[in-house]
Amino acid sequence: MDKFTQLKAIVAPMDRPNVDTDAIIPKQFLKSIKRSGFGPNLFDEWRYLDHGEPGMDNSQRPINQDFVLNLPRYKGAEILIARENFGCGSSREHAPWALLDYGFRVIIAPSFADIFYNNSFKNGILLIKLDAEVVDQLFKDVAVEDGYELDVNLAEQTITKADGAVIKFDIDEFRKHRLLNGLDDIGLTLQHVDDIKAYEQKRSAQAPWLFV
Amino acid sequence: MPGKTLYDKLWDAHVVRDNGDGTALLYIDRHLVHEVTSPQAFEGLRMAGRKPWRVNANLAVPDHNVPTTDRSKGIEDAVSRIQVETLDSNCSEFGITEFKMDDIRQGIVHVIGPEQGATLPGMTVVCGDSHTSTHGAFGALAHGIGTSEVEHVLATQCLVQKKSNTMLVSVDGKVGPGVTAKDIVLAIIGEIGTAGGTGYAIEFGGEAIRDLSIEGRMTVCNMAIEAGARAGMVAVDDKTIEYVKGRPYAPTAEQWDAAVKEWNELHSDADAKFDTVVHLDAASIQPQVTWGTSPEMVVPVGAKVPDPAGESDAVKSDGMQKALAYMGLTANTPISEIKVDKVFIGSCTNSRIEDIREAAAVAKGRKVADNIKLAMVVPGSGLVKQQAEAEGLDKILLEAGFEWREPGCSMCLAMNADRLEPGERCASTSNRNFEGRQGQGGRTHLVSPAMAAAAAVAGHFVDVRTI
Repeated sequence: MDKFTQLKAIVAPMDRPNVDTDAIIPKQFLKSIKRSGFGPNLFDEWRYLDHGEPGMDNSQRPINQDFVLNLPRYKGAEILIARENFGCGSSREHAPWALLDYGFRVIIAPSFADIFYNNSFKNGILLIKLDAEVVDQLFKDVAVEDGYELDVNLAEQTITKADGAVIKFDIDEFRKHRLLNGLDDIGLTLQHVDDIKAYEQKRSAQAPWLFV
Repeated sequence: MPGKTLYDKLWDAHVVRDNGDGTALLYIDRHLVHEVTSPQAFEGLRMAGRKPWRVNANLAVPDHNVPTTDRSKGIEDAVSRIQVETLDSNCSEFGITEFKMDDIRQGIVHVIGPEQGATLPGMTVVCGDSHTSTHGAFGALAHGIGTSEVEHVLATQCLVQKKSNTMLVSVDGKVGPGVTAKDIVLAIIGEIGTAGGTGYAIEFGGEAIRDLSIEGRMTVCNMAIEAGARAGMVAVDDKTIEYVKGRPYAPTAEQWDAAVKEWNELHSDADAKFDTVVHLDAASIQPQVTWGTSPEMVVPVGAKVPDPAGESDAVKSDGMQKALAYMGLTANTPISEIKVDKVFIGSCTNSRIEDIREAAAVAKGRKVADNIKLAMVVPGSGLVKQQAEAEGLDKILLEAGFEWREPGCSMCLAMNADRLEPGERCASTSNRNFEGRQGQGGRTHLVSPAMAAAAAVAGHFVDVRTI
């Protein structure tokens, strides 16, 4: 996974609560056996006017001009602001894969669904939880200024607005450490092979039925 | 020191090491695998030259992409077929037990785990599927994971986890006749909201939960994730142990006795402290119907479609308006006046034998209404189907005009050929009413199997207790 340290980028707004992973990447695209290539189908049912299927040439499909990410002012956005419970629903990691493939590295919302939250960090996406009123102000700021940008610094845990105002954010220390260094979880866990084997030895003596 | 919650006990029994940074390495006893969320994980193993840590901990089954019609010609959709074939080849390459599409034991992953006894009390159970919370019905710690974590479990038999907060949802007293496990869990979600359980592991308790069968408890735990909680669970009691006994993967002889002794401890201590406690009055729960595009948008069948004008929170009110527009509904319409086009009885929430009995009891001697284009019953596994047929339930349903299908996830998420067309309205026993979930433009109303069958025969929603 790519490390994340700092990003100054255009912000796009996704102004609805409970955006679910079915909306982020519809089920027909889950048939892929690859990890990449989901970006063109991010928010497929909202973004295009026709029904999307894997293998279609997305550049030829009719665009929903009203959908927020299709507005020219949000072209190149790498930061998404969203409402409560973003990423609820299915555990599909295709959702963060699609967001990342589209270009988003940071998502800011009042709350995120648990599994989506985990999955995003595993893919180098920084999710930031802020109070609903603070997020609401960001929605207002984005609405009035074309090309609105934020500067996100993970080491400092700050979001800096164009006018210099700074918003601090909290993050679990272990997530921050892994993201700053782009660490691979499996590699880290396999440093503790002896602990895993010791656990198995002890537990299989107590509860052998779990190890058949 | 206060006593432990069930979650504390399950957590403590599985800690391999404390990482010292707020996380622990947690041991995973059972890993269930299906075709949609595993291919990239197996590919990751291959690229790193890794092997499954403990191959027997894994059990695989194709369920999301499988056809529910005649399977003798295989899967018609080439992309779906490749995904199922990829599961077959990965399982064969890594030596993982798989119930293939033509195996009588094939079915929805969350149905077959318990059916086989592969899900046992006290286990940690994970799967690349959010409805893994189902298995918590056995006093297990069970939750969905993403594909990176699927690979992590395959490679290490562990997960890096941060401990959740604990919530007790106590459903006190007894439910009235005709009120099912599905109505209980929909009422809970209506009460705490789809984000109410975020960050929590929920234990369901109270008389109404204890009164439920194990299958009913599975229905409740299945939808813990729709309340935002990755894990839902119910304490072990005699019903749990009776259900598990004699199943293929369950322990036998002296090991059975030792296991039962351990399992009898799997309940929260009387003096355990939960971070949050929610009480619901069982007697006040009515049969439920969702009206919107989130499971929290739910009302009793006797109610009307809510009016966004009555919601003071602007974000919520806007969400309600968007939901009404998508659902093609007008505020203040009585639920019982909403006509449906299709009926789907199935999914990991409601496709077990008791669900099919419940639907058949309503369908018996009645006919599917003329305005219903399709009413389908999709059993959760080949063994559920076989059992239902042995009881003659298939005949009752077929005579009433339902279709009787082969097992799989089917129209819960419409990855196979079963789906809604744009604008079609469905009474569905599944778990999610999200936009496009059952097919682009499709409109889903979540209900119990009895309420779905009642909607099929009436042509519109109706209180099953009145027919």
